[in-house]
Amino acid sequence: MRRFLIPGVATAVAVALLALLAFGVSSQGSNSSIDAAVAKGTRPPAPDANTPLPVLGSNQPQTLADYRGKVVVLNVFASWCGPCKAEAPILDREQHALAGHNATIVGVTYLDNSSDSEQFVRQEHITYPVLRDVNGTFVRSFGTTGVPETFVIDRQGRVAALRRYQLDGSWLAQTLPPILAQTS
Amino acid sequence: MRARLLALITVAAVISPAPAAYAMAAPPAPRASFTDVENDVMCVSCREPLAVAQSPQAYAERAYIHSLIAQGLTKPQIEQQLVAQYGPAVLGKPPAQGFNLTVYILPPAILVGGLIILAVVLPRWRRRTRAEAAEAEPAVTAAALHPSEARRLEDELSHWSG
Repeated sequence: MRRFLIPGVATAVAVALLALLAFGVSSQGSNSSIDAAVAKGTRPPAPDANTPLPVLGSNQPQTLADYRGKVVVLNVFASWCGPCKAEAPILDREQHALAGHNATIVGVTYLDNSSDSEQFVRQEHITYPVLRDVNGTFVRSFGTTGVPETFVIDRQGRVAALRRYQLDGSWLAQTLPPILAQTS
Repeated sequence: MRARLLALITVAAVISPAPAAYAMAAPPAPRASFTDVENDVMCVSCREPLAVAQSPQAYAERAYIHSLIAQGLTKPQIEQQLVAQYGPAVLGKPPAQGFNLTVYILPPAILVGGLIILAVVLPRWRRRTRAEAAEAEPAVTAAALHPSEARRLEDELSHWSG
């Protein structure tokens, strides 16, 4: 019995280290389940909808669930991101168009310090609400590993469409009308 | 005359900008080294040390650190601000709490465990090797020194020893 003690302990330690490594790798990896679900035509519930995020420029927190009943175009951006700057005017124009459809754009900052984000909002004349995801946990639940990314959330709080890179006006024009037409 | 001179000096002292005012307006002296801070923090979007990162987010983070140094903050204060803006993942050494404790506990535990295993196993291996050698040696000698062969060997050697 004793001769199996040391090999047994060494094996247990090796297995524990491998399990730890697997856990570390899996927790760092990106989540592509939303992409797969949307590609199949199903609408997964928006993750972390009840996570409170501070509104940029104030300490008032908001959650995605606060917008339930509205169509939300969730745009993940950062002030240091060139493509985010390029798509900002398109989003701002769209915000004015959405106002009459019980819909809104909601910006979420990605790994960006608040002063730079505020400057970006001023420079780009952004009028829609912007939330801060301080450590990136909220957007990681959407599978975000870079910016810009945009998710369209329907009135029931489900992800109806997504764009993993810079959007253009034609994508919004194609994607939004059927989702806006649906009632809650 | 003396009173007038005194009044003149007093008025001049009041209307002239005081050195203290200059001291207040001047930017505070830096209390942290940029390289020192940069070496201990991460680029949060690229997940590599900021000192080697070349992404747009890394440049923005460096600019932010420069602005904090210009405000006269110390290194711990700067790190605190960075955590408030980017989360704890910005720190090169994660805070010793929760799952992060494994970073601090596991390496020394593995080292100590390895040393204990070596301390237990090595003497056993040495004892076993010596015992095997001791068992093998007489067997070989006995086999080699069979009386008839030993006599023959003696004969052969006697020819050579002359």
